[in-house]
Amino acid sequence: MMHRFSELTIKELLQQFPWIEDFFSAHEIDCSKWQDASFDALCRSLSQDFFSGIGSTPSRFLEDFFLFIREMKSLEETSGHLIQSIKILPGVNKMGEPESHEVTLKQGKVTAIVGPTGSGKSRLLEDIECLAQADTPTKRRILVDGAAPSYDTRFSNEGRLIAQLSQNMNFVMDLSVQDFLIMHAESRLAENIGALVETIFERANELAGEPFGKTTPITQLSGGQSRALMIADTALLSQAPIILIDEIENAGVDKSKALDLLVDNNKIVLIATHDPVLALSTEQRIIVRNGGIEKIIITTSAEKRKLVELKKLDDAAMQLRARLRRGDVIC
Amino acid sequence: MRFVTVAGPPSSGKTCVIVKTLEELQRQNVKCGVVKFDCLSAQDQLIYHAKGIPVKVGLSGNLCPDHFYVSNIEAAVEWARGEGFDYLVTESAGLCNRCSPHIKDILAVCVVDNLSGVNTPKKIGPMLKSADIVVITKGDIVSQAEREVFTFRVRQVNPRARIIQFNGVTGQGSFYLKEAFSETATVGSLQGATLRFTMPGALCSYCLGERTIGEDKQIGVSRLMEFNG
Repeated sequence: MMHRFSELTIKELLQQFPWIEDFFSAHEIDCSKWQDASFDALCRSLSQDFFSGIGSTPSRFLEDFFLFIREMKSLEETSGHLIQSIKILPGVNKMGEPESHEVTLKQGKVTAIVGPTGSGKSRLLEDIECLAQADTPTKRRILVDGAAPSYDTRFSNEGRLIAQLSQNMNFVMDLSVQDFLIMHAESRLAENIGALVETIFERANELAGEPFGKTTPITQLSGGQSRALMIADTALLSQAPIILIDEIENAGVDKSKALDLLVDNNKIVLIATHDPVLALSTEQRIIVRNGGIEKIIITTSAEKRKLVELKKLDDAAMQLRARLRRGDVIC
Repeated sequence: MRFVTVAGPPSSGKTCVIVKTLEELQRQNVKCGVVKFDCLSAQDQLIYHAKGIPVKVGLSGNLCPDHFYVSNIEAAVEWARGEGFDYLVTESAGLCNRCSPHIKDILAVCVVDNLSGVNTPKKIGPMLKSADIVVITKGDIVSQAEREVFTFRVRQVNPRARIIQFNGVTGQGSFYLKEAFSETATVGSLQGATLRFTMPGALCSYCLGERTIGEDKQIGVSRLMEFNG
């Protein structure tokens, strides 16, 4: 089997694809001695023990290596491709009654999902995630940019379509803010990592009620700071074109700025919320009940006027929060 | 009958992944059964019972769990055929992170969880590296960034596998796994089938019940660490 890159030396490969260094370290291969050799030569130098240890053979390992490069390259190439719209065609609710509304989610627009727990929010998101084609219990069909996705598209998306952000999520890595962002950027094969990390760090600090430093371990961030970092990181670095936010209202982040950041980065934003400010800031709300989409409400002008009032209240509450934090007496 | 082997580190969510996926299959009126292999004790049969999924449990006790698995797998398949199952799923924990119960030409699934840390994919051996499908669980409690890094690391050690993100609470991801289960070819008997990877050697005195520590007690195959290098 011929590979486009099989003639290159390790040094040339590393120059073209800096991220393969991680591949070598993952397999505990010291490639420094093999800079001027081909991957094939390096492979042949590895002991039988090495291959039996990983349950592979030299030829299979060689193939895996180039497969990894190909996979990563295709990821790099498709990451520029943004989905413009998602259309949800009606299915049935839990009682088998037909839904009467179709919904379109657009790039750079925010849609709220409201409804009590167990009403079918998760199922709706799952339908979007797997690009359902009348083959899930709801029988809904999802169109991507107006067309039904091919079978291959559905099965190669590997969860890359929807990024999720919820109150239950925590950082678990033992890293500083800066190292964490660098690690994420590297796994996304991003260019100009330094500048990107700087931008995400600044945006996150704008959203957080309290500023935080680059050397702070991510596991020590407060609830609001974590949420702020997650939002900024997702907006600027995640591969997913669709962002789902689940109940972030009490997290102590600047909600309007958070939505703006996501919208400015051309994400399709879905937000499950009962927070009046958030829900009314969206273009439309999907009302789910009994497992089905019961209604679509396009935010009315009266609601938008109400939003102005609500925002004042919200700002006042934010200011009080800041003063309490400083130790002021509220009068 | 279709046969799938599911393996993964302890507490990675194997049982939950299997239950959610079989529930999807049961909706299509097919009969599914599970054989659970474990070491000392297993309570998961109660979960399967609660969902109406027939299950057999095998405990390896003081034997190497993977050797125990291989010695019993053929009979497990016979049992499942006798019961008239359309699907048999075996569940086993990869206890030393090296072993792999995966069999050539039988759909091999490895379950790993985001909480185990981004370096875990490097540490798990052929159980992960030779799997056809890698199911990644517990994404609902870590950040999006950590999920993406974890997936990248899995891809690195197993570029061939299909990766499925699975939420054990909502069942998100079970659709994909169900599809993969139903695409796999049916099997007859396992006679003559081979493992994808060799089991660990069991040839030293401790395998045979020796308990005393000491150089003169180490008989057979052993490997000594270098502490003075």
